[in-house]
Amino acid sequence: MLEYALKGDKKYWMWVGFLGLLICIGAYSYLQQFQQGLVLTNLSRDVSWGFYIAQLTYLVGVAASGVMLVLPYYLHDYKKFGNLVVFGEFMAIGAIVMCLLFVIVDLGQPLRLMNLIMNPTPNSVLFWDAMVLNGYMGLNIVVGWASLEAQKKGVPYAKWVKVLAILSVPFAFSIHTVTAFLYAGIPGRHFWLTAILAARFLASAFCAGPAIMLLALFAMEKTTKFELGKDAVQMLARIIAYAMVFNVFFFFLELFTAFYSNIPGHMHSIVYLFSGLDGYNAMVPYFWAAAFMALLSLALLIPSTTRKCKPVLIFALIILIAATWIDKGMGLVVAGFIPNMFEGVTEYMPSSTELLISMGIYAIGALIVTVLWKIAVSVKKEAAA
Amino acid sequence: MKTNRRHFLKVAGVTAMGLAAGAGTAAASYLPHYDHVAPNHDHLTAGRWGMVIDTRKFHHKEDFLPLVEACHKYHNVPTIPGNQEIKWLWTDSFHHSFPNKHNEFLEEKMHHQDFLLLCNHCKNPPCVRVCPTQATYKRADGIVIMDMHRCIGCRFCMAGCPYGSRSFNFQDPRPFIAEQNTDYPTRTKGVVEKCNFCAERLAEGKLPACVEASEGKLIFGDLNNPESEIRHILAENYTIRRKPDLGTEPSVFYII
Ligand code: SF4
Ligand code: SF4
Ligand code: SF4
Repeated sequence: MLEYALKGDKKYWMWVGFLGLLICIGAYSYLQQFQQGLVLTNLSRDVSWGFYIAQLTYLVGVAASGVMLVLPYYLHDYKKFGNLVVFGEFMAIGAIVMCLLFVIVDLGQPLRLMNLIMNPTPNSVLFWDAMVLNGYMGLNIVVGWASLEAQKKGVPYAKWVKVLAILSVPFAFSIHTVTAFLYAGIPGRHFWLTAILAARFLASAFCAGPAIMLLALFAMEKTTKFELGKDAVQMLARIIAYAMVFNVFFFFLELFTAFYSNIPGHMHSIVYLFSGLDGYNAMVPYFWAAAFMALLSLALLIPSTTRKCKPVLIFALIILIAATWIDKGMGLVVAGFIPNMFEGVTEYMPSSTELLISMGIYAIGALIVTVLWKIAVSVKKEAAA
Repeated sequence: MKTNRRHFLKVAGVTAMGLAAGAGTAAASYLPHYDHVAPNHDHLTAGRWGMVIDTRKFHHKEDFLPLVEACHKYHNVPTIPGNQEIKWLWTDSFHHSFPNKHNEFLEEKMHHQDFLLLCNHCKNPPCVRVCPTQATYKRADGIVIMDMHRCIGCRFCMAGCPYGSRSFNFQDPRPFIAEQNTDYPTRTKGVVEKCNFCAERLAEGKLPACVEASEGKLIFGDLNNPESEIRHILAENYTIRRKPDLGTEPSVFYII
């Protein structure tokens, strides 16, 4: 089926070429970082993880969100997702490849990556994270490809495909739970040391991931004239709205626990994010913007009149993605390191190297999703014709 | 006799694990690497190494300097300016050193005094727990130590250490070492490092460099031996540890 990726119109090739260019820029930046070390980042002794690990965290959520299509379709037999489910699986593949790349570019000694497998260390959450991420990726490749192959041949997918698809459901939950455990099990970092972190991660994943997917599907619908189906779109939008409600609610739980208990350690990071600490306030405008956008997106997504209006829906999805990205793709990791272990503040903003490398990785992910979706659309159109 | 038995149990355990998992080599790599090194016959041993810092004997910045210098010179710790710095032994204020000992009406002299900070060689070290490659591990004598050749530079241990004891080599450290000590290795870029309780000096029968330079202000010894000097000092003086509420059980004590 790979040959479908090679047959495209001019627009398709221009897009692929554009992504290729971004990838080259990112690769060149990485080469420099590889030679000189992480000195090219703005990370420090105090803020030892930053933009890369934050993107990993965000994209694990995007990957896990494929399950919001798989679960209704395979488990509840919600037929209207039948046409879309493979897009969710393929997007998960792109997202996980990005996750793995973000781990690698964050390493000080990337050539020793295999030490992770050669010295398996069950007490380290990072080891389990690598395991479940790769497991989930494998499942999505097999299930996505096999179901598409079946569609091409015009036969229903085999039984084992369904078994693996259902198996991918707990895997999807586990990848984000284990990623939350990277943070939630660390003593002394109060912002992360919260039992609800994994639940928060899942809630934000199940709104942000489908939101990104829906926007990408709209783009695809426009460029390829592939019908998504009105009901499926509305169902997905409803899922997004519900998940965002949970996401915001869980965040309020954090606020209550921190501020009602009045324990300084629990309040500091949140205070830093919303009003600054010791005169350091680089994150404050972003966080107020995120809070505002989160509430506005809810106001637009919950009433069915606004949700059913496509331009409004698109706008709501965009601000929802922005809000969750600021929360998880920036604030969560950085604020965990603020205040530092000595109650001081070292601020952090990504360097140009970090941004360029990250751009390159996002372009790789976009390229993978483009190619896989192109194949899927071509197969589906042929099967329908 | 005791060590023999322990060794036998270890070997038996590893063999059983290997058979069970069908991966003998993988299990063997689980053994800490120092096991293969024959110890020097006059090396210092302990059940659990620990340190007492007598803060009453430090008054000025100059009192700390020789200790920090002794450590950093001996271990080729580079002097890198800015927040990507590397330090094994350093000083900070009371408030920064003991953040859970807030006190609005703190004794006046505490506002001006500095405290010596280093890795605590915790009994329950989170840095060991989180390390995905066992590059950081705890020895049988309680020292938390690193294998610089195994470290992948993921910096999970830096997030995991609640004491900010760890530094990362953001770049090649060698240009920042004024005078290299050829008795001790330098590090490469991309790995983490920290105080190792001078394990290499203990193996030669010498006390840690900072203890030697302190002229009695630091006491180093076996916490597991009730007859040791360090235990007597701990029994006779009120001491505090950094962030004891986290359950890490630091092996570094401060006489206030
Ligand atoms: S002080 Fe930090 S680096 Fe040292 S043993 Fe404890 S947790 Fe590990
Ligand atoms: S940076 Fe090195 S020592 Fe620290 S957790 Fe990673 S592999 Fe282990
Ligand atoms: S014990 Fe050794 S390594 Fe640790 S601070 Fe003292 S001199 Fe440095």
